[in-house]
Amino acid sequence: MDIAFTVNGVARSVEASETASLLDILRNRLGLMGTRYGCGLEQCGSCVVLVDGQPTYACTREIGTVAKRSVMTVEGLGSADKPHPIQQAFLDEQAGQCGYCLSGIVMATKALLDRNPSPSRADIIAALDKHLCRCGAHQRILRAVERAAASLRGAT
Amino acid sequence: MNAPALPASLIENPRLDRWIRFLPDRTVRIATGKVEIGQGVVTAIGQIAADELDVPLDRVVVLSGDTDAGPDELYTTSSLSIEVSGGSVRLVCAEVRAKATERAALRLNCSPSDLSIEGGQFLQNGAATGQDYWSVAAEIDLSQNVTGTALVKPASSYTVVGQSVPRIDLPAKLSGAAFVHDVLPPDVLHARTLRQPSRGATLTALDEAAIRRAAKGELQIVREANFVAFVSPVESVAQAAAVAAERYATWRNVRPIAPAEQEAHWLKDQPAEDRHIGAPPQTTPPKNLARITVSRPYVAHASMAPSCALVRFHDGHLTVRSHGQGMHPLRKNLATALNLPIEAITAQHLHGAGCYGHNGADDAALDASLVAIRIPDRWIRLQWRREEEFAFEPVGPAMLVTLHVDLNDKGRPTDWTTEIWSPTHVQRPGSGSGYLLATEALANPPPEVEPFDPPEARGGGGTRNAVPIYDVAAHRILHHLVRRPPVRTSALRGLGALPNVYAIEMLIDELAAKAGEDPVAYRLSILSEKRARRIVELVAERANWKARGAGGSGKGLGLAMARYKNRAAYAAVVASVTVQETVKVDRVWCVADAGLVVNPDGALNQLEGGIIQAVSWTLKEQVKLDAQGIASRDWDSYPILRFSEVPEMEAEFVDGAGNPPLGVGECTVGPTAAAIGNAVAHALGVRIHDMPLTRERVMAALLKT
Repeated sequence: MDIAFTVNGVARSVEASETASLLDILRNRLGLMGTRYGCGLEQCGSCVVLVDGQPTYACTREIGTVAKRSVMTVEGLGSADKPHPIQQAFLDEQAGQCGYCLSGIVMATKALLDRNPSPSRADIIAALDKHLCRCGAHQRILRAVERAAASLRGAT
Repeated sequence: MNAPALPASLIENPRLDRWIRFLPDRTVRIATGKVEIGQGVVTAIGQIAADELDVPLDRVVVLSGDTDAGPDELYTTSSLSIEVSGGSVRLVCAEVRAKATERAALRLNCSPSDLSIEGGQFLQNGAATGQDYWSVAAEIDLSQNVTGTALVKPASSYTVVGQSVPRIDLPAKLSGAAFVHDVLPPDVLHARTLRQPSRGATLTALDEAAIRRAAKGELQIVREANFVAFVSPVESVAQAAAVAAERYATWRNVRPIAPAEQEAHWLKDQPAEDRHIGAPPQTTPPKNLARITVSRPYVAHASMAPSCALVRFHDGHLTVRSHGQGMHPLRKNLATALNLPIEAITAQHLHGAGCYGHNGADDAALDASLVAIRIPDRWIRLQWRREEEFAFEPVGPAMLVTLHVDLNDKGRPTDWTTEIWSPTHVQRPGSGSGYLLATEALANPPPEVEPFDPPEARGGGGTRNAVPIYDVAAHRILHHLVRRPPVRTSALRGLGALPNVYAIEMLIDELAAKAGEDPVAYRLSILSEKRARRIVELVAERANWKARGAGGSGKGLGLAMARYKNRAAYAAVVASVTVQETVKVDRVWCVADAGLVVNPDGALNQLEGGIIQAVSWTLKEQVKLDAQGIASRDWDSYPILRFSEVPEMEAEFVDGAGNPPLGVGECTVGPTAAAIGNAVAHALGVRIHDMPLTRERVMAALLKT
């Protein structure tokens, strides 16, 4: 069936089975490769995107349940040339090594800062705790989120 | 004067044009055989070239891991990339700089010594000449071999090396497609595999009709002997087929495994190849013998992404895109496995998730190649399933280490034996002790090899860091290389260094306690190496070691140090822990000496990452086995350290003091594990010898107090 939803502010419509995963549609149908497959089990957080502003595991979210909703991926945040302040903060802190986990973490950060512009260290840890990073860039990532929060507060 | 000894990479790849080319867009392309695995090597190699050529960093393009255009530098391993590849690039650039200067001087009718280079342009007495690298490039013969005789710049004149430079690959990774996983050529076919459960297992039945029903879409099943792949234009169809296939496949001759085999102590009674290295056996009976036995279990690389490869077979030529750690070795191994001439294969590196050693990357490349040859002219994107990565990647070997140390009347070690039981640490394909996985599933699988470990001259495998850095008159290693572990084992960050340093540094703390001395003071009393002393003293100062107190309160502070491989970077670590029912590492201080550090922030990132990974291994990680093989096949059954569990950290490098660069990627893992072990002992008053330091082990240790 045709499923219509908004991705990064653009209205999209895909012909797909309702039970197809949002991750599959984003990557294989819409060519948005910044959202990554890690486990398919909601255990690692690599695939997290925002659905109506809420951090959501794209690997298990059925596309049928996304109809008429608004999805945001890392591509919607900014680009390598024009990074969003959150992405810029991650670059400023060099918060990452292999980078595979980062798009999910960046989107969880976006949701956190939209909800709470001045999170404490404990708030940030709670928001990111379901995300795994195997390279051990955690402390840099925590600093990047704090830097992003400060930057966004300054910008408004 | 004799030419200086060249790095191995230049002996194997002497032609200058394998390393450097000046491109028409006024960039210079530097090629390296080492690949980016999240450690920032591509950025650091670019810095070295920019400095040696005096070209702006943004004019340097680094081509990494390309069998058509780049040098063969084997695998990206053992913290050697900066020393070996960086050292080679430096010599090549110095030589090309000299050649280019000569050509420019001829054109300008002056002496080369009249010229200097700034921003890639030749200046005469400080004034522009209109000549630059690109204007003279056509006159430089880069088909010549490197001689290694050109004078390299003194380290004191570096302006790019030694500066923290942002990683060039991170912006893409934060904003979109960046990995081999993300490349989807038009008409790509997706593939998944059904894995042979163990070597020698035969597929007696496969219900293809049932699999097709479960897959619900266009599906090709590629089957040869015991290798099966499911191929579809729709990724979810290939995935569903492979998941269903587990249920619809019948195997015979699956090698049975007993769960007890998952424990390191199981290794002790197994057939092994025994070696004696170092001092002859002690002839006099020991006067005052101290002993410790420690263990580490099988540990997964646990890469965030399942392995993936993109392969096309077209006009008899195989093009392979892979995130493996060495493209030239992969090309050779594929040629052997596929019976293709090596010239018929191109292997190119694309980024993958961090691997920390030999994971499934190379194996996935063979899987994809097997499919591509049977379905030519189409790109095949083959990705392992998550559970496949956990269950079939080679794992870091379990290891059991016993130290027998004889002491003099002052409690100092005089005679030291390190006894090690471990399966091999390296079964990289092509090393002689391992194959690409799917070869075992094909008809006529290669014969089972007798495993061997890397020789001590290359840092050893199980014996890595088995020799203590302390002043000991006689030292020997008894190495029991266990022949048939229950699972495939291969290189994991640090190889045997972690369990060996854990044993050595835990015992040193015990010897200090026996002597009634402070662990830092005791260490310094038997440590002559100045660079090692310096970092021990510094890290103790940073952690306010003097205020450490008596311990036994549930809070502990522990210290450990090592020089990785006894020849790479030095690292000293202090860990502060709180032990209740579980161990929480609260804070880690680290001081490292890596000589000249090319990209300080990038190298710091490596220290920090090594520390966190080692905390995770030490506290949490163990590959679990059941009768079918590896049972820990997801992140719930194989937990790693989370944001709520990572320690605060303060890591730093001491000034390089004119020393050459030393690899940093692996130097922290042993000292971190041992510092935690010592801190837990300080907190509890009792040692936990077997990793991981789980709740069960803490409770058992508390019962002993």
